[in-house]
Amino acid sequence: MKMLNVALPKGRLGEKVYAMFEKAGYECPSIKENNRKLIFENKEKGVRYFWVKPSDVAIYVERGAADIGVAGKDILLEYKPDVYEILDLNIGKCSMAVAAKKGFTDDRNRTLRVATKFANIAKDYYVSQGRDIDIIHLNGSIEIAPILGLSDVIVDIVETGTTLKENDLEVVEKFVPISARLIANKANFKFKSEMIEDVKAKLLEQTENL
Amino acid sequence: MENIYEVMTYDEKIAFSLRSLYAQNGYNKYRMSKFEEYDLYVKNKDFLVSGNVITFTDTDGRLMALKPDVTLSIIKNSKDNPNELMKVYYNEHVYRVSKGTHSFKEIMQAGVECLGKVDNGVIASVLDLAKASLNKVSSSCALEISNLGIVEAVLDACGFTKSEKREIVVALGEKNEQLIKEHCLRKELSASLTDTVTKLVSVYGNCDKVLPLLDCFAISSECEKEIQSLRAIIATMKNTDGVIIDFSVTGDMRYYNGISFKGFVEGVPVSVLSGGQYDKLMAKMGRKSGAIGFAVYLDELDRSEGR
Repeated sequence: MKMLNVALPKGRLGEKVYAMFEKAGYECPSIKENNRKLIFENKEKGVRYFWVKPSDVAIYVERGAADIGVAGKDILLEYKPDVYEILDLNIGKCSMAVAAKKGFTDDRNRTLRVATKFANIAKDYYVSQGRDIDIIHLNGSIEIAPILGLSDVIVDIVETGTTLKENDLEVVEKFVPISARLIANKANFKFKSEMIEDVKAKLLEQTENL
Repeated sequence: MENIYEVMTYDEKIAFSLRSLYAQNGYNKYRMSKFEEYDLYVKNKDFLVSGNVITFTDTDGRLMALKPDVTLSIIKNSKDNPNELMKVYYNEHVYRVSKGTHSFKEIMQAGVECLGKVDNGVIASVLDLAKASLNKVSSSCALEISNLGIVEAVLDACGFTKSEKREIVVALGEKNEQLIKEHCLRKELSASLTDTVTKLVSVYGNCDKVLPLLDCFAISSECEKEIQSLRAIIATMKNTDGVIIDFSVTGDMRYYNGISFKGFVEGVPVSVLSGGQYDKLMAKMGRKSGAIGFAVYLDELDRSEGR
């Protein structure tokens, strides 16, 4: 029996996603054991799960180590992996947004300094706006960049906006809705399409009831 | 002499067996120089898999390039004769930017090109040869075929603009049914037309399953013509085992038209074969002939299970 390899994002989102897979009939009880293992399989159900860093899920799937996986739309837009994006799971919903210090107005005579983890998404957005920008690539604590004068604005994921508010920032514009997507490796899909279609159909039923 | 086969690497063995296959099928070996004038690639930059090209100035001052592609050279150096068929095969190194390292990489590529009088019989024989090439690599393989003509005719019948079509084709390549539905919603298409467009994603599978379903795309006379053409080509193929019809095999519609295909072998996470008709590229280069061809990416075969 062929095994279906599934890359799940570590963390709260991954746990929600696993619960959906479990409900879909692809349970793997050993995953709930409290240990540091990262790979779990249920041979009977023909499924093997890996816990990986959320931003790495797309790499595992693109390179075929996983047949399918669940990645945020932000990761897919940023890294543009060559994978099938077969289902919007309608969970992990948030937005990609531009934020700035309260009262900020954009002076178009100057190059806009943008701090972000998502350099490609920010570039694509400002190209579409015809705005000249300078990207400051940061890996975390993006919110403090405008406060310290490192940047004029930030481009980041916004869920509730609480972190922004606490740092005296506000949303200027939300420009892409983000949610978790079921992705599949293009080559492996050819050889495991029945299993993948079955997972997709059962997860789709659940997303429609969300 | 007997020991030569034993010391060959896996790629070399495959390359030789493909050469033998193409020669047996009436293709002539096409030898070309390592370099081309850079100008050829500037004019057709979007056709290249990666836009970057290694260039150098030759002793006579001409700006030259290490070939990033073989097809453009073959077209450039061939005569335009729409009434005859030229069948060639090649085994060449090309130089492209690797996605992972963002640096140039030498890639061994084998393939065939048919230029001139390309009819349904020629297209079917090229598809058979593509499948036979995959079988040389692994018995567990799949050839995925699309007809870009059907995709374009369906989108035209729905009134999508050029830029909308480009976006939908990208979504189709990702099998992103929901994004396609959003495009249809924005275009305010009827439920029935939306259903037809989204079926470009959901209708796929082996020929026996998909051929009877194609009538769902017959929403204009152009669509009907393209459906008939696909059916005629598949009917002319000698062997359709392991052949999948899937419209998510897309290509840049500024260069490609009609049949487009990709080949996969179990164990390799990317396509190892890619090809299609490129009459539009021929027209851009001032040719009246039709053309079809494919390339096998030998460097991707390292991990095939047939190894």
